[in-house]
Amino acid sequence: MLLGIIPFGVITGVAMVASGIPPLVAMLMSILVFAGASMVASAQLLASNAPALMIVLTTLIINLRFMMYSASLRLHFADAPLGRRLAVAYLIADNVYGLMLGRFAEHPDDPGKYEYFLGAGLVVWAAWQAAVLGGILIGAGVPAAWRLEFAAPLAFIAISIPFLRERATIVAALAAGAAVVLTSELPFRLAIVAAAATGIVAGLVFERKRA
Amino acid sequence: MTLWLTLLGMALVTFALRAAFLVLPPGIETPPLLKRALRYVPAAVLTAIWAPEVLVQNEQLPAGVVAIAVAWRWRMTFATIIAGLLALHLFAWLM
Repeated sequence: MLLGIIPFGVITGVAMVASGIPPLVAMLMSILVFAGASMVASAQLLASNAPALMIVLTTLIINLRFMMYSASLRLHFADAPLGRRLAVAYLIADNVYGLMLGRFAEHPDDPGKYEYFLGAGLVVWAAWQAAVLGGILIGAGVPAAWRLEFAAPLAFIAISIPFLRERATIVAALAAGAAVVLTSELPFRLAIVAAAATGIVAGLVFERKRA
Repeated sequence: MTLWLTLLGMALVTFALRAAFLVLPPGIETPPLLKRALRYVPAAVLTAIWAPEVLVQNEQLPAGVVAIAVAWRWRMTFATIIAGLLALHLFAWLM
């Protein structure tokens, strides 16, 4: 689990510095935003002088999945004090959510849910920040011939596959993949907005047809 | 200035998404359509993130296929990244 986020964190740090974000701002972004894919996308958009609003919209779409995790985690933490719920919210990440689901989905009444989430979340958070810091410090020091930038899509392949457990989610993924390629000519990564909408609608339509 | 505005916007939007349902007071039900739509968000968005980098006519495509197979079989991020990077270099050399 941790081994997976480290190369992704490193390339996120490298990508931010390579796009001209000053190292300190890049580290601040990593702490405040704490969402790798949106940071890589934003770095590319900043380098191409995209408007701030466009970058924030892209961030919204890429990180929309956190809203789904938030809705799912509400089942476990609805009765926790607000401070704890805010801590959980900040630490939401793909792999932390995956760990939580793996441990408590079948046993929602087991004790220690908050401690488990906080523990897993802080370990992932610390490893992630250390990896990003490493990437920022290495900067352009990684030989381009290694093609390490391909680790970002590879990490997302690994994260996306476990979600494809039923036909409707597979349909959503296929539709989104097709849409993102077909609309790739759109400026400023608007393709991802089109793809997200297409995938969600495809999943809903497929689900309704079968029902 | 644009950079700071962007950073602030990204941070606010991302935290708002994470906190959305966790700060709702108990007793408020999630609208059913929203709940169903949200189920497809990770599959759709995560696929849309990697697809443009993989569905291209060079060694990235077969390397992506290898990575998908490894991810499907072993569900390990690190193994997927290593296998994908090795396959990328192998196919670049072969093709």
